[in-house]
Amino acid sequence: MKVLTEKGIYRLLMIIALSAIAMLLLIVLFILKEGLPFIFITGIRDFLLSSEWKPAAGKFGIFPMLVGSLWVTLGAMIVGVPLGLAGAVFISEFIPRWAMKIIKPTIELLAGIPSVVYGFIGVMVLAPLIRDYFGGPGLSIAAGAIILGIMILPTILSISIDSIKAVPNSYREGAFALGATHWQTIHMVVIPAARSGIVAGIILGLGRAIGETMAVIMVVGNAVKLPGSAFDSVRTLTANIALEMGYATGKHREALFATGVVLLVIIMVLNYFAASAIKRGVKK
Amino acid sequence: MDKNKYIINNLNVFWNKAQVLRSIDIQVPSHKILGIIGPSGSGKTVFLRSLNRMNDLVPEIRVEGQILLDGEDIYHPECDAVSIRKRVGMVFALPVPLPASIYDNVIFNPGLSGIRDHKKLDLLVEKSLKSAFLWDEVKDRLKTSAMRLSGGQQQRLCLARVLAMEPEVILLDEPCSGLDPISTAAIEDALRILKDTYTIILVTNNTKQAARVADNTAFFLMNEMVEYGPTEQIFTVPGDKRTNDYITGRFG
Repeated sequence: MKVLTEKGIYRLLMIIALSAIAMLLLIVLFILKEGLPFIFITGIRDFLLSSEWKPAAGKFGIFPMLVGSLWVTLGAMIVGVPLGLAGAVFISEFIPRWAMKIIKPTIELLAGIPSVVYGFIGVMVLAPLIRDYFGGPGLSIAAGAIILGIMILPTILSISIDSIKAVPNSYREGAFALGATHWQTIHMVVIPAARSGIVAGIILGLGRAIGETMAVIMVVGNAVKLPGSAFDSVRTLTANIALEMGYATGKHREALFATGVVLLVIIMVLNYFAASAIKRGVKK
Repeated sequence: MDKNKYIINNLNVFWNKAQVLRSIDIQVPSHKILGIIGPSGSGKTVFLRSLNRMNDLVPEIRVEGQILLDGEDIYHPECDAVSIRKRVGMVFALPVPLPASIYDNVIFNPGLSGIRDHKKLDLLVEKSLKSAFLWDEVKDRLKTSAMRLSGGQQQRLCLARVLAMEPEVILLDEPCSGLDPISTAAIEDALRILKDTYTIILVTNNTKQAARVADNTAFFLMNEMVEYGPTEQIFTVPGDKRTNDYITGRFG
């Protein structure tokens, strides 16, 4: 009897676990099925590298969106990575334990703020500031980069803090005993030892930045053109799908799914790098 | 040669409110090996870590009293803990190689001081590893990770790393506690030679090790120093009954 229950529970758990995997697989398959034929018919080069996106005329080139996503994400990294790294080092190495117990949950709470709120702040506060000081429409790469940079901070910070905290104290003592100063200990021993975790945090933040849609739609202006400067308006891949999916049919709809395929590939490659960075850290 | 390297007057150490060392007075002659024996929890390690201000890293610990290194008060507010740690190297109970190559581990401190000359570093690495009796085992794989060495080799690497710093004093905190007899013998051999150049303070749980290598021995018990004298005297005619009980294995 007991063996039967054991087996029953085992089976039940397995079905639940497999169905989660199956759902993920189905989603991926569906996107591929809808998007891949379009890519092959149009040709990968024409689809990725043509600058003309005119659904009404049957022209589907996502190059401007690809560039837009790239710039906004790169900008978010420029804003988020130094802040995240410096913040993680400061929080995990310099402040007393009781203060960390307050600060770390606060940072993690940042991740829980809905992206539409970030976008709203971007539209109401950041975009006018950029318009006033740097010219241009305000809704721009710069605005998107700053908002996204802030949005990915919690990811980078909390993973980096965890990996810095996981560096054995004996490493720090060893370095101190060899006459290293606190800063030398941090940048010669602690950060290298925590590097794989920090890299994983940055890559996950990167993935979040590329995938973010709502806040980005609100602050980047969404113009389909190649940007001339950081204060120009762009459209990202995610925004492209979200903006046009409501009315797209036929070829247009397939083109949007194909855009999804491109995003999917980018995210999968990033996750692969994040996972292998984490694995490298474990092996050491 | 008979000069005192350390003069310690009325050293009291507190962990929060508990006193973990009670009025220690001791003079450590230079170019000798001082062995410190005593059961775990008797305050040996805290004492050792007071000597190079490693206790600074533990906010709960407070040190009172005077520790003079060559006549200089190392707890004086103007004294720089980092420069003290460069003069007083330390080897821990558990070997803690940094996650880098053998070579990089040895040159960690010289690298801090900004030495970049490869020839000089190569020579230093060879000399330090030789003094730590490790050179022959690793000379062909200096660039491989130090984490791949065995425990005994790692501990000798840690010793080599300290030697490359060219300190004046070497503190060893139970350096052989996790090692096999052969590795232990290798470290003891190294210490006997090194004392010509350095002053060595060796904390050990292994009473026999103190008898083998130490010139002077101090016995710590219950946060106090019970007895201190030439090793021979401590092990043959101890002045205190507790010392006698401990070294003959009646307790501890």
